[in-house]
Amino acid sequence: MLSDGIGAPLRRKEDRRFLTGKGHYTDDINRPGQTYAYFLRSPHAHARIRGIDKTAAEAAPGVLAVLTGEDLAADGIGGLICGWMIHSKDGSPMKAGPHPALAQGKVRYVGDHVAVVIAETLNQAKDAAELIEVDYEVLPAVVSTAEARTSPVRVHDDIPANTVFEWELGNKAETEAAFSRAHHVTRIDLVNNRLIPNAIEPRAAVGEYDSGMDTFTLYTTSQNPHVARLVLSAFVGLAPEHKLRVIAPDVGGGFGSKIFIYAEETVCAWAAKKVGRPVKWTAERSEAFLADAHGRDHVTHAELALDQDGRILGMRVHTTANLGAYLSTFSSCVPTYLYAPLLSGQYAIPAIYAEVDGVYTNTAPVDAYRGAGRPEATYVVERLVETAARELGMDPAELRRRNFIRPDQYPYQTPVIMTYDCGNYEASLSEALRLVDYENYPRRKAESEARGRLRGIGFSCYIEACGLAPSAAVGSLGAGVGLWESAKIRFNPTGNVLVYTGSHSHGQGHETTFAQLIASQLGVPTEQVEVIHGDTEKTPFGMGTYGSRSLAVGGSALYKAAEKIIAKGRKIAAHLMEAAEADIEFKDGKFTVAGTDRSKTIQEIAFAAYVPHNFPAGVEPGLEESAFYDPLNFTFPAGCQICEVEVDPDTGVVEIVNFVAVDDFGKIINPMIVEGQVHGGIAQGIGQALLENCVYDPESGQLLTGSFMDYSMPRAHDLPSFKVGMTITENPSNPLGVKGCGEAGAIAAPAAVMNAVTDAIGVNDLQMPASPERVWQALQRGRMAQAAE
Amino acid sequence: MYAFDYHQPASVADAAAALAAAADGKLVAGGMTLIPTLKQRLASPSDLIDLARVDELKGIGEESGSLVIGAMTCHADVAASDIVRRSIPALARLAGGIGDPQVRNRGTIGGSVANNDPAADYPAAVLGLGATIRTNKRDIAADDFFQGMFTTALEPDELITRIAFPVPQAAAYVKFPNPASRYAVVGVLVAKTGGGVRVAITGAGADGVFRATEMEQALSADFSPKALDGIAIPSDGLNGDIHASSEYRAHLIGVMAKRAVAACV
Repeated sequence: MLSDGIGAPLRRKEDRRFLTGKGHYTDDINRPGQTYAYFLRSPHAHARIRGIDKTAAEAAPGVLAVLTGEDLAADGIGGLICGWMIHSKDGSPMKAGPHPALAQGKVRYVGDHVAVVIAETLNQAKDAAELIEVDYEVLPAVVSTAEARTSPVRVHDDIPANTVFEWELGNKAETEAAFSRAHHVTRIDLVNNRLIPNAIEPRAAVGEYDSGMDTFTLYTTSQNPHVARLVLSAFVGLAPEHKLRVIAPDVGGGFGSKIFIYAEETVCAWAAKKVGRPVKWTAERSEAFLADAHGRDHVTHAELALDQDGRILGMRVHTTANLGAYLSTFSSCVPTYLYAPLLSGQYAIPAIYAEVDGVYTNTAPVDAYRGAGRPEATYVVERLVETAARELGMDPAELRRRNFIRPDQYPYQTPVIMTYDCGNYEASLSEALRLVDYENYPRRKAESEARGRLRGIGFSCYIEACGLAPSAAVGSLGAGVGLWESAKIRFNPTGNVLVYTGSHSHGQGHETTFAQLIASQLGVPTEQVEVIHGDTEKTPFGMGTYGSRSLAVGGSALYKAAEKIIAKGRKIAAHLMEAAEADIEFKDGKFTVAGTDRSKTIQEIAFAAYVPHNFPAGVEPGLEESAFYDPLNFTFPAGCQICEVEVDPDTGVVEIVNFVAVDDFGKIINPMIVEGQVHGGIAQGIGQALLENCVYDPESGQLLTGSFMDYSMPRAHDLPSFKVGMTITENPSNPLGVKGCGEAGAIAAPAAVMNAVTDAIGVNDLQMPASPERVWQALQRGRMAQAAE
Repeated sequence: MYAFDYHQPASVADAAAALAAAADGKLVAGGMTLIPTLKQRLASPSDLIDLARVDELKGIGEESGSLVIGAMTCHADVAASDIVRRSIPALARLAGGIGDPQVRNRGTIGGSVANNDPAADYPAAVLGLGATIRTNKRDIAADDFFQGMFTTALEPDELITRIAFPVPQAAAYVKFPNPASRYAVVGVLVAKTGGGVRVAITGAGADGVFRATEMEQALSADFSPKALDGIAIPSDGLNGDIHASSEYRAHLIGVMAKRAVAACV
């Protein structure tokens, strides 16, 4: 085994360039003759556009063009799409309102794109944008998730009750029957707060059109350049696929927000042809707040039926999911198929019934954000289970144990689609209890109380479905695409290796992890493996990086391509060593004739493949193979987080004083990168639980948290030092045995934190974020309730 | 940002002259509020007069019972100053708790006080310690200086040169920071001085920093946290926003004031 191969905590290869300022991001790209785009955005949450007078703006210094939705329509440029069809209970298809890249007739949220100015400089574009006269008829707005369906406001004129779909999953009759038998029913109302992603690099694009070749190039901050190209070609109609190249260079974080095909990037590419010059746009942070797709935003009522021994009999859930003003690229699947199929959690629940209503509001579109549907599901399940334990007077660990799916029950079919293939939930819970020192918790609680602090402990035993996903399965559920991955491996004549992946790295460390994977499998040093990604003309087709899928799906494609390299190498080695192919063994980078000391290194074989002077008949020269991989199942990472908090009863301030995460991600390639992913995820989950909250003014629809002055990101001092542990059950459904690790932290942490805070204050009715004022108000309510008793 | 004429005077006199000559001039100290405002095109001054090179506005010194800080002294320098730490440690701690390291190394005491942001920290120190604001024209007592949010006694062509803080017997500043901006949701400065106890509150008042006279009287009689029991600051006239209601701010004033007293004794 290589010291820097699978299992080694190798430092990330890519960090040298990032830490020394040598990364190459979209905004670093400047093309000859480049112009600048500035988007005029709606100041109103909801308004009809009576007219746009752009005469003065067009005459302003440096202006090349002022373009509106009318110009898009005149060029036959289509609207943005939502790629996953959801059907309502009654069988009707979801109601997708038009989503033009520049407004046509109406604006529907503050920040909606009204027009674009293309000018020689950004300042000239901004100056000119102030001269555009838009005649708005301002309309009343609805921003509240809970009120969207009853509001008289119609976000899209022809869509009644602002309802995108009324979807269901599970067996209603069986669930009702389970509740009728229940000894105890736990009921809970939850808000999953709306979040603004805030990747460190804002979105950016440079569109370029080559009139000689009649080709477009779009440099953009994308997690999935091939999908961007596919959508821009097949649906938006920008250019045929073979005439459009999408390049996503270094990308500074995405967390889902850079999966989607947005208006600005689309317009930059289209406008480049209109003005005959490259067009550049880089979002300012204020624009990112307004117009990046937001995350979460659910309002849920959930109930859990239990028997007298604390065994779960059934669960029913009703969720209203705010999808914003328009359906973003994957928005419809997030609160449906990425949510309700996870409601079984780690538990054997005989009957589950979930209803989800998707609604339009006059807010920015909502789509996948780290975890996408699965944090929302985990939050419902884990707050329900914890609350049930409190109501039944049971230890929350014991109630969970009593209901865990046991290791001998795999494959386990839940009542909500998923077939779990492996796991050991008792193992991760036990390890987490050990790491948190659960035994001595009462002593710590007493010690906190002696200092005037309220201490609480909370659990979150999560499961997620990652590694999206078997194409046939997602197709049957409404996906417009397949969710395979592809890979290509090229040995160079001198023995080093180029690995081409269709997935994309924007913080995950693919350039290291994939290199370690291939180095181990092919027996070459990791430093001699270079991973190439992010350019539709260089790399094979990929569906992108999200849903913790790159290693499980993209890595499995790499594995298959490497197996083909070895198979071909065996043929060449057999010929060179005059042995039968069946007698050639491959191990640690060497082809050996079995039972002899005759061997050739894989580098020697690669050289022979490119200089085929002595080569087996019928074998093509060269050593380069590609593979596609369509997964057999989702993967099911799972684990347990335990959080301890101290609450200052005078102020309501929550401090996290102990945080443990134990995860089962299957086989681990680079434990240091995995731990980093867990840390980042937990930070985001704690951010959601305690700090982050997107707020729109309920009357005007203005975004009240439009900057870091009002939108609170988690910072180092808000976080404790995490204790991270691993338990491993290797995934039987893919050749690497891996499951994915990118989202777990963010999925599990909100429930762990909120369970701890509600435990500390003895009041269960508390919504995220648990801001000091909310906690303080809850304490006052608790005191009043106690006084009334 | 809109275009403007940029001046970089080397003396207070030149700065004042440039300010007086400009149609709509603005002084730039650290620029912590002004520059973001300009970048968002929310202001379009004709002239910016940058005080960065006016050396006579910098520095920290002592004068017969007072600590005197030049208007262009940045927060980080106040926080790290041995003189400040020795004479009014509460002021050093206050400066060290403003914003983040970037802000503390750019933002200045003069800029903060002249701007009179209702959630800024320094106004609590200036008012609570009974400081004197020295300008190119006169001396202004803190009690006369702050005149409602973002409003001060400064005339259009007047600029702060120094701020003189009488050294108290004891003082402490305790703030409840906004988790996002680090501005004060509520900040309370309590000072025990020869002339009595002063309590100044920032962050909470709809008209900016103010003195809590009822608390001052109670503490003058008995300088202990429990002296504040039963003193309820009415929530009328306090700020309420998405971060904290006026009711919660009123409660926090009591908590922060007690903690400040406890830190003094």
